[in-house]
Amino acid sequence: MATEINYSISQPHPDNLGVWRKIGLALVAVGLAILAFSFGSGWTDISGWYLGICLGSILTGTTMYAYGLYMWQTPGIKNDSVWMNDISNRSTWAWMIGIILTTFYILLYWFPSSIGLGTEEAGNRGFVALFDPLSLFLKGKVASQWFAYGVLYSLAIISLGFKFLLKYRHSRYHIWRTTVLMICQLFLAFLIPEILEGMNQEQAYFAKDLKFFWPLNYYFFEDWHLNAMAEGGSMGMFFLVWGIALFLIVTPILTYFLGKRWYCSWVCGCGGLAETAGDPFRHLSDKRLSAWKLERWLIHGVLVYIFVVTAVVLYGYFTNQSQIFGIDIYTWFRKPYGFLIGAAFSGVIGVGFYPLLGSRVWCRFGCPLAAYMGIFQRFKSRFRITTNGGQCISCGNCSTYCEQGIDVRWYAQRGQNIVRSSCVGCGVCSSVCPRGVLKLENGPEQDRINEKPILIGRDDVRLL
Amino acid sequence: MHVVIIGNGIAGITCARTLRKHHSDCSITVISSESQHFYSRTALMYIYMGHMKYEHTKPYEDWFWEKNRIDLCFDHVVSIPFENKSLQLRSGLEISYDKLVIATGSVPNRFDWPGQEAEGVISLYGLQDLELLEKYSTDTKRAVIAGGGLIGIELAEMLRTRNIEVTYLVREPHFWANILPQEEGQMINKHIRLDHHIDLQLNAELKQIFSDSKGRVEAIETLSGEKIPCQLVGLTVGVRPNVDFLRNSEIEIDKGIMVNEFLETNIPDVYACGDCVQHIKPPVGRKAVEQVWYTGRMMGECLGETLSGKRTAYVPGVWFNSAKFFDIEYQTYGDVPAQCTSEQSDFYWQHPSKNAALHFVYGKESGVIKGINSFGIRLRHAVLEQWIKEHKTVEYVLIHFEDAWFEPEFHKNYIHEIISEFNHKTGSGLKANKKSWHRILSNIKKATYGH
Repeated sequence: MATEINYSISQPHPDNLGVWRKIGLALVAVGLAILAFSFGSGWTDISGWYLGICLGSILTGTTMYAYGLYMWQTPGIKNDSVWMNDISNRSTWAWMIGIILTTFYILLYWFPSSIGLGTEEAGNRGFVALFDPLSLFLKGKVASQWFAYGVLYSLAIISLGFKFLLKYRHSRYHIWRTTVLMICQLFLAFLIPEILEGMNQEQAYFAKDLKFFWPLNYYFFEDWHLNAMAEGGSMGMFFLVWGIALFLIVTPILTYFLGKRWYCSWVCGCGGLAETAGDPFRHLSDKRLSAWKLERWLIHGVLVYIFVVTAVVLYGYFTNQSQIFGIDIYTWFRKPYGFLIGAAFSGVIGVGFYPLLGSRVWCRFGCPLAAYMGIFQRFKSRFRITTNGGQCISCGNCSTYCEQGIDVRWYAQRGQNIVRSSCVGCGVCSSVCPRGVLKLENGPEQDRINEKPILIGRDDVRLL
Repeated sequence: MHVVIIGNGIAGITCARTLRKHHSDCSITVISSESQHFYSRTALMYIYMGHMKYEHTKPYEDWFWEKNRIDLCFDHVVSIPFENKSLQLRSGLEISYDKLVIATGSVPNRFDWPGQEAEGVISLYGLQDLELLEKYSTDTKRAVIAGGGLIGIELAEMLRTRNIEVTYLVREPHFWANILPQEEGQMINKHIRLDHHIDLQLNAELKQIFSDSKGRVEAIETLSGEKIPCQLVGLTVGVRPNVDFLRNSEIEIDKGIMVNEFLETNIPDVYACGDCVQHIKPPVGRKAVEQVWYTGRMMGECLGETLSGKRTAYVPGVWFNSAKFFDIEYQTYGDVPAQCTSEQSDFYWQHPSKNAALHFVYGKESGVIKGINSFGIRLRHAVLEQWIKEHKTVEYVLIHFEDAWFEPEFHKNYIHEIISEFNHKTGSGLKANKKSWHRILSNIKKATYGH
């Protein structure tokens, strides 16, 4: 607590960081310094201690920081100063982080050797080499750039997931959802696939993440992937059948009963990063009507695009041809989709631009799986966000903190339930509502959408 | 037809929007000197706390008004020569109207405390107050707030987010004592003091305000003689209708502009709605001056229908309101008086450790539910409204309470604890019924469409 009058222009009574946050920041700095140093270093064959200290200090540091930040406050909504802080208000730090993340993605996707990916003859160096010991431990192979990325991705979800858990510790919905997200990332997306990979070294690679399926996994039906699964023995067959069943059967059923949130806010890796690392940026999503229009064109465009690409790829696979109507399938279908959507949209823009465009740009504007589930959610589902009668005061917290850019208030203030294809069911609108107006729930389809809402409160209007 | 609306708050804007929805030809002008566009006054605190920026508090995008042909006029009405059916604006402009709606809202009360004109004395009502507060916050280390109501506690919460020490003077023995029963008031007292570290002084009143040589507040004195040094004083002792600029005109005013049930004033083609209104014949069980967001919105809606040609009386339904006291959400439905009358009984339940409580008030003889206060527990408006309207008994309400439960998924529901405590207190043997979507939906339908 500041006791002296301070005549500076900025916040005159800054928080005292306290010992937890100071130590936490120092630890995070140690971890980040190791990472930063690894890029320029010529490290080869480096001891596992470096990675251990790096990951351990980041994980402990963020958790300690979050503990110091939130546990000295009462449980409840923690949005003080969100629009005043540099980092969460698109200012200097936000741009710096955006640029660093974007650069990292560009190097990762298109210049992996620059971050140390080795060749057959020469082993990994620098950044990628830092992850060799863990990779060797898990699967008996040196790391690829994707392994390194997977480790950092999981670290981000786990460490910032703890932060999110402390921030929303008053809400059991968020506690459950975030815990499941963290477990899904650590085990389903990272550990199990890597271990399975190590146990089947002789097999060609195919995706072994139980929750990663077409069309989000756009290469699922590509010839090399189909062949790898077909030749992958019973496990390969299992992943082939499971992948198709997830798309055709499991997803429609679960989306009918629960809304697309079962995936986007509970299971998905992209969603997992958005909900944890992306949480400080959720309010940056564009709420304008024009953004909604753009969203519908883009996301359904991508959905059509992947259907076309996949149809062509399957045509090529089953007819054993590399061309369709004289056009090369790889050059004109597979490659552009992988470049434009798979890498540039979902990675570079989707995550790199977190601090500028908000955390769900990919999920909202690009993800074809989200588009597919969105169609069910809008037209055939039991999920809705119920608006509580006439209690809305139009304050705008719900719309502001909707990471999907839904103007929740538009519905709430006219007494209408929110049934929108893009809603990922994160539940934050309901949490930040100061008047208890919003509730995510699954219920009968009947009366789910009230097209002509009337606000409760007056006895004189009973028209319609 | 040219309809002019003075005031772009929730009442005036709802009136304009409702009118436009039902009537496509008339021209509509909304005049305000507070802001260019409609914003949600209830969100002022969130701007100061950094949860939102001003732009986020605007419920409609700026293009909305032109698209709906609602002309916005950023100006101040100086006087209304009713005989000419025109308005004099500060800019010198004169606007004529066919129908006039006065929706000027309210202004904060000030009770002539010595020194209240000093620099650093603020109220909290509009954007201009927020600007002042922002200005004074930079060099304030302690603030004193006088007035134990909704705005006072909001102001306290706001100041604490800037690490400003707060002394909160409440005249009554507990917070918001003219509305809240003692049990709830004490729970909030505790929350204010222990959880949010505010120097809450009960039974304490402001006597005078002292300022330094530059005219800035430097201390206050309470009635008991205690002198508290401070750099900011928040006066949050209620609001009154903003009608002073019409005091010497022919429009009939008491506390507010006098209106009949159709929100018509004594002057033909002149109407009023929202906070600035006083009902000549208040609706049954309601006050003549009701100044909350919801009544403003409902009056605006009602008047919009009248102006579109369907003369509609203002008949508010079951009373409801809501607020948030720091971390504790509050909802109320029906009639929960600060003290039960002799014909009423009550049942109060409070969670042993969490900030959650429910207060049921019902007829002593009949057992018919009159009202419910809820703290830290969200309830379904439509279900509560129907139960109260249909005179359900407290037993019916309790055994069907899961229908009304509106807490987020996975949250604990305390229905069994509540019912067993009721059984224990009254010797009844109630058992909870399972939630029924069928009952919920039928209540929503009835509450919304009346059938």
